[in-house]
Amino acid sequence: MRQLCFALCFALALNCQSSFAQTQVSEQRVKIVATFSILADFVRQIGGDHVEVIDLVGPNGDAHVYQTKPLDVRHLREAKLVVINGLGLEGWVERLIAASGVKPRLVIASQGANLIPLKGSTSPGNAKGRFDPHAWQDIANARLYVSAISAALIEADPGSRPLYETRSKAYLDQLTGLEAEVLAAIASIPVERRRVITTHDAFGYFAKAYGLAFIAPQGVSTDAEANAQDVSRIIRQIKAEKIPAVFLENISDDRLIGRIAKESGAKIGGKVFSDALSEAKGPAGTYIDMMRNNIREFTAALVP
Amino acid sequence: MSSLYALFLAPFVEFDFMRRALVGSFVLALSAGPMGVFLVLRRMSLVGDAMAHAILPGAAIGYLIAGLSLGAMTIGGLIAGCLVALLAGLVTRHTQLREDASLASFYIISLALGVTLVSLKGSNIDLLHVLFGSVLALDDATLVLLAAISSLTLLVLAIIYRPLVLECVDPGFLRTVSPLGAPVHLIFLCLVVINLISGFHAMGTLLAVGVLMLPAISARFWCHGIAAMMGIACALGILASALGLIASYHLGLASGPTIILVAGVLYIFSLLLGSNGGLVWRLRPVKHLEG
Repeated sequence: MRQLCFALCFALALNCQSSFAQTQVSEQRVKIVATFSILADFVRQIGGDHVEVIDLVGPNGDAHVYQTKPLDVRHLREAKLVVINGLGLEGWVERLIAASGVKPRLVIASQGANLIPLKGSTSPGNAKGRFDPHAWQDIANARLYVSAISAALIEADPGSRPLYETRSKAYLDQLTGLEAEVLAAIASIPVERRRVITTHDAFGYFAKAYGLAFIAPQGVSTDAEANAQDVSRIIRQIKAEKIPAVFLENISDDRLIGRIAKESGAKIGGKVFSDALSEAKGPAGTYIDMMRNNIREFTAALVP
Repeated sequence: MSSLYALFLAPFVEFDFMRRALVGSFVLALSAGPMGVFLVLRRMSLVGDAMAHAILPGAAIGYLIAGLSLGAMTIGGLIAGCLVALLAGLVTRHTQLREDASLASFYIISLALGVTLVSLKGSNIDLLHVLFGSVLALDDATLVLLAAISSLTLLVLAIIYRPLVLECVDPGFLRTVSPLGAPVHLIFLCLVVINLISGFHAMGTLLAVGVLMLPAISARFWCHGIAAMMGIACALGILASALGLIASYHLGLASGPTIILVAGVLYIFSLLLGSNGGLVWRLRPVKHLEG
């Protein structure tokens, strides 16, 4: 009797478990891994609720220097598709994949983009390091990213082809609208004021596409401690070239930027985002919000 | 003449931030000199370093609560530093532990607590890097704070001067004639804390301890009396600040560390050539007293 009871319970439990597993499968979303927040947003826009996107480097994180975690390998193993930017931006991801021993389906989002060479890159032979990796800052390139990711998603999950196609088409239209917005905003800035000093090195594509000059302060390394010579050079440069605004976010001390602005007469620009989105509720939770935020900050500082 | 002008004066004439840096570091040197002398005399030269670590977590907590605000970080550092100083002082007075042992335990606890709290926030920002200012970025509020701390320090030192000196040279005697030993010691530790905070704002890093100690230790090689040592420590601190800033300007070196390095060079110079016990004078054969 007891044995029978036990067997019954066991059968019941098994039954329960299998039915539970079934419902899970039917509701399970396609798991996609993206290396950083901007690519993750693209995937989310194309896949909607049908995909579950994991960004390895979260919002506000720096994709250039990332410490990988054991959890990342699990994500890579479970992912149907891994989206990376390529061009040497996330050098760690190849090592991570090699070390993890899994061979995920991989798409390099920047593969079709129009690239510009990295300034001052003289190292020959190294194909990965020769182009500026921050190609998404040009919205035309962002559209190419979206097309590439969408094609890869369809290949990885052919069953949901119509969903990906309609959603990516709608998103591409949104990006075209965004481009018009950006061009209109730039047009509102007088030509001679389209210059800012910035330590951000990720706006090369934005500069080329929309005609805003980003001038690097001479000899400022981003996270070394400030020295008097550099600061005096920046101040002289701003005065000499009559640059209207400074976006010097990478200098770690707000007070130093304030000092530079006060002494040179330039305006301090607000927070702009280049290679990571903000938290979802922040000013740059999605790619489109990020571009809108940046252009708003640029016009606020530059329109007289 | 004109090259001398370009070397020493032009940076300060042309740039406001250089003038502010000079004023800030002078103000700091004025109070750091005497404080350092007392630390040396009381054999507490390493206490400054320990206290500096004790302050950091407080400032970090202030940052977590209120962001990059001068006031919050200063108050946080002040509370953490004074708490550690007071607890360590009390434990020393009432148990068999020596001061170094109790201070070491409390500052480590404080540091661990701070690092844990900061990691809870899980931010990518390098806190120790943004926490404190730079000598090149002294705004009005920071300059006023530095001047206030310096004035308060000198004032309090003047008030507690006699018991403090007695406590340095003969604490046993002080205990027999006056009950002031313990309170004076604790007040002195609090002064150390506020001077370190001042140093953090000016030098940006843990090197703040250098401003406190190096000129005072160098001064030991030039004179005997406490008053003279304080004067010389102030002068050396001011000299190091000015030369350090000028070197940082012309050579493109990080300003805070350069000032401390110049103070270090002055120390080596004093060590070798100081009129009171410099190494060079010891090498020369000393004439024995005759007849």
